[in-house]
Amino acid sequence: MALPEISRSMLKNSLVLGLFAIVTVGLVAITQLGTAERIADSERAAKNRALSELLPAGSYDNHPQDDVHLVHDPLLGSKGNSPVYLASLDGKATAVILQVTAPDGYSGSIQLLVGVLADGTLSGVRAIHHRETPGLGDKIDLAKSPWVLTFAGKSLQNLAAESWAVKKDGGAFDQFAGATITPRAVVKAVHQALQYFDAHRAELLKPVEKPHD
Amino acid sequence: MTSFREIAINGLWKNNPGLVQLLGLCPLLGVSNSVVNALGMGLATAIVLAASNATVALIRTQVSDAVRLPVFVMIIAALTTCIELLMQAFTYELYQILGIFIPLITTNCIILGRAEAFAAKNTVAAASFDGLMMGTGFGLVLLAIGAVRELLGTGALFANMQLLFGPIATHWQVTVFHNYPGFLLAILPPGAFLVLGLLIALKNRIDEIVAARAKAAEPAALPAQSRRVRVTGVIE
Repeated sequence: MALPEISRSMLKNSLVLGLFAIVTVGLVAITQLGTAERIADSERAAKNRALSELLPAGSYDNHPQDDVHLVHDPLLGSKGNSPVYLASLDGKATAVILQVTAPDGYSGSIQLLVGVLADGTLSGVRAIHHRETPGLGDKIDLAKSPWVLTFAGKSLQNLAAESWAVKKDGGAFDQFAGATITPRAVVKAVHQALQYFDAHRAELLKPVEKPHD
Repeated sequence: MTSFREIAINGLWKNNPGLVQLLGLCPLLGVSNSVVNALGMGLATAIVLAASNATVALIRTQVSDAVRLPVFVMIIAALTTCIELLMQAFTYELYQILGIFIPLITTNCIILGRAEAFAAKNTVAAASFDGLMMGTGFGLVLLAIGAVRELLGTGALFANMQLLFGPIATHWQVTVFHNYPGFLLAILPPGAFLVLGLLIALKNRIDEIVAARAKAAEPAALPAQSRRVRVTGVIE
């Protein structure tokens, strides 16, 4: 009768395995508890920095990352909901920052933050997430090239619809040597974001309702 | 019982995980495009490796062979998750760049390999030291590849070191070649393979020269050694 012995070793092994599972999960849980606050702070700070770069200094006195609501529209390029951040001064909306997706980048979709002033002028554009080719397509990143700065000051009013394209396609925006697809995707996404803003201006500039005020 | 000196030589040179065992190639090639990325990844790997080796050595007599591997994997996964959380908390921007490669430390063969091959048979002190040396050896290779690729690719060194060392390191960047047009191949993944290949060749060349000198000093017959396919040296 070898069965009891096998059962005994099974029992022992399971207990050892279970014990280690508890200990290791406990270790992760403690670390998570200890770092959660700091991680949230870092995320907020990073988001805050990204948003504040897109807003003219002194044009807002709220915390835009808190005045956020979710919208859904094919023009914004995302299948899910996209956040819209509202900047306001003395309770009056001065700008919104739309998070839009350019689905047709060279390698996957490109996440952009598009800042639009209340009058429909672009305050700035930043690429926040992309996997474009280093050295070619990644010039949409401000860390690599000042290209995205060319968007500031443009609007649907001062730039005709056919000019919202790269120069190769007869538009007003530079493409990069060796990379046309990436800037083309970004220009299209920004153009659509402006069209979206134009169509929904009133509701976008409405103060965000806070459920727990 | 291996001496600490031997452990250090093994980890840093003779049995270097990056150049000889060719383990952990995924992070080695993936994040070695700049010095700061390489350093961050090397540190994270070395810490996990030392800690997992120490833990495995500590429990080596309590765990039976049947559940040894799952227990090792749990320990390594837990340590990696802790490191990931800590990096997220303290070096958030670097964490965002290294992204997927941090959780992948769990699957880095170096770590389970050292747990199995060394830590499970040695004392806590020897195992921690082995982890530290293997991790340092891996980190140094990462750093060498990162430096070569950053220099060839961008013409500068130590860009963005503030991601790891805080604001004090903002101006650590050294521009070696001014008006450098950039060399794309070095930054792209094929550049990593080429640089790694050249480093391995360099190491083998140095070993050859050393061996030739030793042979000239005292001729001795080498014992037959078993070789594994995917290695450039002898696994011990």
